[in-house]
Amino acid sequence: MNTKIENKLTPVRIIAFVFVALWLIVAMFPFIWTLWGSFKVQADFFSKADWANAIFGFHTEKQTGNFFTIDGYYGSWIEEEFWRAVINTSIVVFFTVLISLTFGTLGGYALARSTYRYAFWILMAGLIFRAMPHMTLVSGYLQPFFAWNVWGILPTTIIVLVAINQPFTLWMLHSFFLNIPKDLDESAMCDGCNRFQAFRYVIIPIMWPGVITTGLFSFLLAYNDFTVTSMLLSDENETMIPAIASFLGTVQEEGKVMYAVAAVVSATAPLFFLVMFFQRQIVSGLTAGAVKG
Amino acid sequence: MKHSTFLLFTLPSLSVMFLFIAIPIVSVFIQSLHIEHKQVIIVSENCDPFGCETTTSVDTEASAKLKEKAPLGKFNGFKTYSNRMHFAFDEIGEAWNSSDSFIDFLKKIYNYPLYRALSFTLAYTFVVTPFVLFLGFLVALGVNNLPKLLKGPTIFASLLPMIVTPLVGSLILFWMVDGDGVIGATLQKIFNDNSLSLKASPVLTWVMLMVYGIWHLMPFSFIVFYAGLQTVPHETIEAATIDGASKFQRTRHVVIPHLMPLAIFITLILLMDNFRVFEPIISFRAEAHATSISWLIWNHLRESAYPLYNAAGATSMITIFCVGILLLPVLIRTWRDFNEKNKG
Repeated sequence: MNTKIENKLTPVRIIAFVFVALWLIVAMFPFIWTLWGSFKVQADFFSKADWANAIFGFHTEKQTGNFFTIDGYYGSWIEEEFWRAVINTSIVVFFTVLISLTFGTLGGYALARSTYRYAFWILMAGLIFRAMPHMTLVSGYLQPFFAWNVWGILPTTIIVLVAINQPFTLWMLHSFFLNIPKDLDESAMCDGCNRFQAFRYVIIPIMWPGVITTGLFSFLLAYNDFTVTSMLLSDENETMIPAIASFLGTVQEEGKVMYAVAAVVSATAPLFFLVMFFQRQIVSGLTAGAVKG
Repeated sequence: MKHSTFLLFTLPSLSVMFLFIAIPIVSVFIQSLHIEHKQVIIVSENCDPFGCETTTSVDTEASAKLKEKAPLGKFNGFKTYSNRMHFAFDEIGEAWNSSDSFIDFLKKIYNYPLYRALSFTLAYTFVVTPFVLFLGFLVALGVNNLPKLLKGPTIFASLLPMIVTPLVGSLILFWMVDGDGVIGATLQKIFNDNSLSLKASPVLTWVMLMVYGIWHLMPFSFIVFYAGLQTVPHETIEAATIDGASKFQRTRHVVIPHLMPLAIFITLILLMDNFRVFEPIISFRAEAHATSISWLIWNHLRESAYPLYNAAGATSMITIFCVGILLLPVLIRTWRDFNEKNKG
């Protein structure tokens, strides 16, 4: 269909081109700037005199002998023990994704195959739950968790994140399973399988694309969470995002802002690679609920 | 599917949602109706040759006993909702009587925490949402016009502001607009004003937070609109072109109506997400000029030595009520669609 007329440079196309270019600068520049600046000293990254200092590392060279320094990373990872937070985050994220997906595939499959009215009501309740600001839920957790002495530990946070994640996971996997033809598992059931066997031998082998896409979003929710983790974890069990937030309080006064900058870059890097490798899945996940209506 | 099989499949999922979403909402409501016990105070009088003095001390034992008897605290009814931390009915009545103009009255109301938080949260939600919709649509149109080779990298770069943690994303921007950061220092130079600070002025703080919100959520609407643009029927566009429609007319009368359902979907998600705005306020340390409802709850729970569960509970209930109002049109629509489908 692409004729020559469509590829001609019209004024509209030029405007579109400029507009997209502008957006790209706005979207990318803060990350590139911070990534580059994280290898400089504070006097360069926060240089009132000349922003070019942050690029060429004038003070960095004076202070450390090289225009490139990893002092910020050393300070945050080793001195401030950011590595602990990294391990905690890995644990929380791994188990949250695993449990969310297990519960979500079972529930989503059943919701997609049920023809009864209550399936609709469960999805509606899910929508309402999805809209609840997380902070309102957290304020309900604290008192009972203190009373049962389960506050501050990782398993509590994991199960809470699984629950908060569930409405979204259910919706997404529900619409994914709707796209798998009913005939597949029903013919297996005609051949003598029961529902669980049909699920195990027919659905599980073909469900992975949808599960991976949903898993990415569960990952993002658990990884990015601040509300739940900052309120429900004790200091030694802190994950990365609340750790960065508490850095701000302590580090800012001591002139160690670069520690926080390094920690921020460290927390962003995995997401960068995630987008790089899973761009297609993320895009399809974002549009899954929408395009199909 | 049989009821029993359905139950078995959905049980884990339903039980976590019930335990950690439904019950907390109820528990928050109960919390909001109670108030913490006052400490039991013992007043004792010590007399010595120079006179008597009374000392007060806290009877920890009696206080603990009271707490054990009723761990939720004293029943307080809806008084927490009407106190000055929340709806502040008495204070508002007073402000109404003592104000000489409506603006004066609004200014007085704005001093109460709940109204302060509500006004920012609503302003944020209703400014960011349309901007995100509109700009996202424009970028989607633009990217659709790009040569194929550039589309992939463009989408990659566009996704970053959305994927990155809100707390981290807003921190990155915060450091840049800092008086010593690259944008802040440049602005100071442009306006030749060394004291210019985006953080010091209430208006600029609001603008800054909203710009962050648009930056953060625009990729979402862009991606969804972009995917929608791929499904616009080619025949209709061609027919419109043959009928002499200009590019603008084709967009206005073919593309936009086709994307309308998507716009509703995006609006719904954006309203839900924007209403819970919280992290940027922490990152920008904006609480002096802008607070949101979520921030208010966090503050009740975190800032004081003893968490104010009743205040947090009441604010949470008010939040849930607001979310309900926001969602109502969507719920009614879905309910109607569902009923029509069932009739047909």
